[in-house]
Amino acid sequence: MSVKLTASAIAVAAIAATSAAARDQVQIAGSSTVLPYATIVAEAFGENFEFPTPVVEGGGSGAGRKKMCEGVGPNTLDIANSSSRIKQSDIDLCGTNGVSEIMEVRFGYDGIVFASDIDGPSFEFTPADWFNAIAKEVVVDGKLVANPNKTWADANANLPANNILAFIPGTKHGTREVFDKKVLEAGCKATGALELLGDKKACHALRTDGLSVDIDGDYTETLARLDANKNAIGVFGLSFYQNNTDKLIVATMDDVTPSTETVASGEYPVSRPLFFYVKKAHLGVIPGLQEYIDFFVSDDMAGPDGPLAEYGLVSDPELATTQEMVANGTPMPPLN
Amino acid sequence: MTDVSSTSSLLAVDDRTRRRNAAEKRFRVYGVIAIVLAMLALAGLMTSILTNGLSAFKQTFVTLEVYLDPAKLDKDGSGDLEKIRKVSTFGYAPLIRNTLQTHLDAPNMAVDDLSAKDAVKMISNESAAEMRRFVLANPDMIGETVSFKFLASGRVDGYYKGRVTMESAERDSNISPQQLMFADKLKDAGLLETSFNWGFLTRADASENRPEAAGLGVAILGSLYMMAVVLCLTLPIGVAASIYLEEFAPKNWFTDIVEVNISNLAAVPSIVFGILGLAIFINFAGLPQSAPIVGGLVLTLMTLPTIIISTRASLKAVPPSIRDAALGVGASKMQAVFHHVLPLAAPGILTGTIIGLAQALGETAPLLLIGMVAFVREFPGAPPEGLFDPAAALPVQVYNWTQRADPAFAERASGAIIVLLVFLLFMNAIAIILRRRFERRW
Repeated sequence: MSVKLTASAIAVAAIAATSAAARDQVQIAGSSTVLPYATIVAEAFGENFEFPTPVVEGGGSGAGRKKMCEGVGPNTLDIANSSSRIKQSDIDLCGTNGVSEIMEVRFGYDGIVFASDIDGPSFEFTPADWFNAIAKEVVVDGKLVANPNKTWADANANLPANNILAFIPGTKHGTREVFDKKVLEAGCKATGALELLGDKKACHALRTDGLSVDIDGDYTETLARLDANKNAIGVFGLSFYQNNTDKLIVATMDDVTPSTETVASGEYPVSRPLFFYVKKAHLGVIPGLQEYIDFFVSDDMAGPDGPLAEYGLVSDPELATTQEMVANGTPMPPLN
Repeated sequence: MTDVSSTSSLLAVDDRTRRRNAAEKRFRVYGVIAIVLAMLALAGLMTSILTNGLSAFKQTFVTLEVYLDPAKLDKDGSGDLEKIRKVSTFGYAPLIRNTLQTHLDAPNMAVDDLSAKDAVKMISNESAAEMRRFVLANPDMIGETVSFKFLASGRVDGYYKGRVTMESAERDSNISPQQLMFADKLKDAGLLETSFNWGFLTRADASENRPEAAGLGVAILGSLYMMAVVLCLTLPIGVAASIYLEEFAPKNWFTDIVEVNISNLAAVPSIVFGILGLAIFINFAGLPQSAPIVGGLVLTLMTLPTIIISTRASLKAVPPSIRDAALGVGASKMQAVFHHVLPLAAPGILTGTIIGLAQALGETAPLLLIGMVAFVREFPGAPPEGLFDPAAALPVQVYNWTQRADPAFAERASGAIIVLLVFLLFMNAIAIILRRRFERRW
């Protein structure tokens, strides 16, 4: 018996050595924010085309881009999903590994919302409230002092006098970048702290006394934390909130309620574009790649009435330009 | 022996004896408390998993008679399969809407403020794909009215499992109380029923907008493939290594080092094997991502030390008299080992192997690093080629589903844990049976 098993083991090893050349299915990895959209598209793609369903992995925007830039060939990624724009360092890495042409596809927008447990009070925020609540140093009487605010009413007298407890995405998330830029920097400016601090980066410093908690997991973890702390506020993606409206109550920002409409019109201030990056060298080599990206940006999928919008994607008003660009295979110009 | 004072009687218990008895009684109580605590923890865990997960094995279905409209599916009436293929799943959704409209128009079925367009959302997004598959397989059925058993959407399903209530539907943007009322009417009409969910075991994973269609099929198959690879590699390698070390190898500093290393490897955290697998099998050897072969190889590395240790223990348990007797009647060393020692040690070896496999089956961390955490919807092919196709694995599927936004996935994650536990229980039961039936004691 042992002899037979050894023989089969050798056979397995032999196949292992010879295979691994061709690949039938598109491989995608990257942002966990884009992941649900990519899986919806991949699923519909597998149903409607003769090609196998693409394999989609999460892992984070930066990790996905890095993986895509590892080189050209069937053992490397075809598409990197990203919830923030590609960085020059990624492009440089791609260049050194022979990935010269990349297509940048912006397929829609995502809103970032502030929500609390459905049984808690409702909030109406401005960026300044958030800065006053969780920044490391805030302006009191024209001077920078260590943040003394304990309740939301301390940050802004119009808010409920609930204790401040905020669950915000950890620094590895693309969402945090947007939060830093659109909320903290805006609040920093509005409260006058920017002038005293002098540097935008300094506005990103948060209090470390436990009232602002970084969540390194995903939104399900934030939701679980809110469930345990009914008075806390969490930061979510718009699509996550829309799938959990029975558990969460959403806060307005600058008096605008987040929705796909207000994000699309630009009224709701905290939003960001979503991208995927395609390795051009793989077009025409990996079967179904061109069809997949065409299908992704088609009106049927990414349009305002498509399944992605239904799930919470804010459709890109310039989708037609994107479709044309994808059909022509135009590579992205250098970052400016 | 201590002095016994003249006043004490042998029948009366003195202080020291009383203290000793009390200490013993206390120790027993501690033991009982420890066991009760452990049982309570286990019971708590099991109730939490079972209450959350058992509902995943039931599913709400809606039976609808759908008219396969030639005007929509086969516009020029040619019956040409290529042209029918051009109609995407988006073209099939209106057909379901038409059927629901006729139900809404039927007497006593209408619900205020509920249009057929809203009612379609009660049926899984998977339905259009099911119909398209059916039509492509039976193109001559176009123009007929066919009865389909569709999955109800995750929220409607949740309503019949108690996860969704009329109150929560009020606030929920994905379901409205009107839709639930219509669901109740469909149920009264006998069109909607909840039955056992075979699809949970056979279907592939599904995307976020159709949690009701998500199943463990690919994950179960992927785990089976990996276990096959692990078994085919660890058993021969592990047994050969242990026989050599135990029976043939000279005892010197080199074999001592090997021995220490094997024990050390058994204690290395599994994530380390994942990093190793990523570097060696994917980056260096060029094996594909997300493939069961890579998972199997990584788990083989992880399981080998466990199997070598247990095999050596069972070889050691065979009394030397057996070897001596064989050698005494003129058998060679190899004959003595293969004809006499190995058969007697086999039950122990198999038990160790199965327990090693059970451990590998539940392992998640190394698989995360080699791309097994991906969204995979295609079933892998038949082995051996299928070993190189992308697949998922059971424990990773649990991890995957707990991260999804839709609450229906939380239920499925617990359901997947139950499936995983059943597999583990089954494997451990086999190990116990083998041990009971074949093990010999000397």
